[in-house]
Amino acid sequence: MPSDIAHTSLRLPQDLPLDSGLALTRPTIAHETLGTLNADRSNAVLICHALTGDQYVATDHQLTGKPGWWTRMVGPGKPIDPSRHFIICSNVIGGCMGSEGPASPHPDDGKPWGLRFPVVTIADMVRAQAGLLDALGIGTLLAVVGGSMGGMQALQWAASYPDRVRSVVAIATAARHSAQNIAFHEVGRQAIMADPKWKGGAYTPGNGPSNGLAVARMAAHITYLSEEGLTAKFGRHLQQGTEKRFGFDADFQIESYLRHQGMSFVDRFDANAYLYITRALDYFDLAEGFGGTLAAAFAATTARFCVISFDSDWLYPTAEARRIVQALVAAGRHASFVELASPFGHDAFLLDTPGLTDVVDGFLRAVEMAA
Amino acid sequence: MKGLSVRLQQVARQIPSGASVLDVGCSDGQLLAFLRNSKGVDGRGIELDPERVARAVARGLSVVQGDATHDLSAFPSASVDYAILSETLQAMEAPHKVLSELVRIGRRAVVAFPNFGHWRVRAHLAFKGRMPVTHSMPVSWYETDNIHFCTVDDFRALATEMGLRIEEQAFLAGEVPISAWPNLRADHALFVLSR
Repeated sequence: MPSDIAHTSLRLPQDLPLDSGLALTRPTIAHETLGTLNADRSNAVLICHALTGDQYVATDHQLTGKPGWWTRMVGPGKPIDPSRHFIICSNVIGGCMGSEGPASPHPDDGKPWGLRFPVVTIADMVRAQAGLLDALGIGTLLAVVGGSMGGMQALQWAASYPDRVRSVVAIATAARHSAQNIAFHEVGRQAIMADPKWKGGAYTPGNGPSNGLAVARMAAHITYLSEEGLTAKFGRHLQQGTEKRFGFDADFQIESYLRHQGMSFVDRFDANAYLYITRALDYFDLAEGFGGTLAAAFAATTARFCVISFDSDWLYPTAEARRIVQALVAAGRHASFVELASPFGHDAFLLDTPGLTDVVDGFLRAVEMAA
Repeated sequence: MKGLSVRLQQVARQIPSGASVLDVGCSDGQLLAFLRNSKGVDGRGIELDPERVARAVARGLSVVQGDATHDLSAFPSASVDYAILSETLQAMEAPHKVLSELVRIGRRAVVAFPNFGHWRVRAHLAFKGRMPVTHSMPVSWYETDNIHFCTVDDFRALATEMGLRIEEQAFLAGEVPISAWPNLRADHALFVLSR
């Protein structure tokens, strides 16, 4: 994975304390911004990315050259609009797109941190984002918005910084990782660690455990789709122009699709970063820091919340969204919640899902009106 | 109150400016939007149908998808001034349980429902011997969502049995407000209740 790309970044002026009790010395945070901060600094929207996302939410990717990952939600005329909002998206701490992570050079020897990098949590990611906002001179956020792991960060924001958030949009997410979520991640981590090129995490850049990482991505990718969606797209179709070859090449279209997903992933992602970020997800249980009562996490904030789930998402199913909503309601918060219909499973939050942009747009405009 | 049906207008009249409300079965949020825009009401809603919820949220309303039978228990007691149940009582699995949730969550409850004791309904049953299909109950018995019809007197009896106080009442015959003989003459009733 090339690391010589120039991402926009800054070094926090202070050290970053971590949930583990360790601290990162003035970590680097890579970030992208769109739009202009208004005079009273009231139009800042923080977007939090998912496990394999990054700061290139609506700008062309420095590494792949592809358009941003959420251009359906962010851009001119979209619910989050640079003509109205000052949009910030940063690469998570522990990531591999310019923010301090296991692939970054260790301050002592300049070699990659590898497993010397401290284990980070979702709350640590949020703490790093708060440090970034401090450095950018932003006090209060109009909204913090995210899907999947980004939604967890958005919820964590309201709990960690209750008076810095006016609204939270949490899409296709959960307030904790379930046993099944952890199980799938463990399969991915074991695939990476079983690759001899992993070398206890001390692989040389460009010669990492790409086979293991590709398998991890393949397993995870299945969880982002739905059975219905897979059947519609691939069924039992064989590769074009082939018949069953009585071997183990990719006979089925779904096989070659997954292999492609795995192989293209390793070009843009660091295997150790995958270990760290999946670990952060698995450790996530928002209620844990609040005596086990989720509603208590939302007791101190006055933010408005918009929670959205998708009926075919089995990674973070509607039941988990309802759990969040019940806690919000119990805490007396203003909450909106809808389960949208989509055949595309968890990935629906990134795709053209009927109702999704209308709901987010209406919600954000109401928050702005209530200013 | 332009654009609001006579029945919703009747509910809206009960809500003072600046009050907080929870509208149970709020559909696409028409009443909540009206109360917010014209009375500065701090509104929340709950609605079963996801498409209606999506429309309500797109209007900037705090509406959650859920059903009155299971999802009201999460709301804290006395957390709003008015808990509204408009045109939905008769569709509830257990109207009495929903009613007790309403008066728990709201300092007052506003309940509006079609009156099954209306003379036209009685005549339909008496002379045709069939379940009534009328202007206010337009769907046949086998496909209606309305599974628990009651009359004005039935409702009053339930309120008494539950120890609730009737603070206000209002009745409609078609679009006309009436007060005498409501159990016979009103096709629509509204009660404001408190514990």
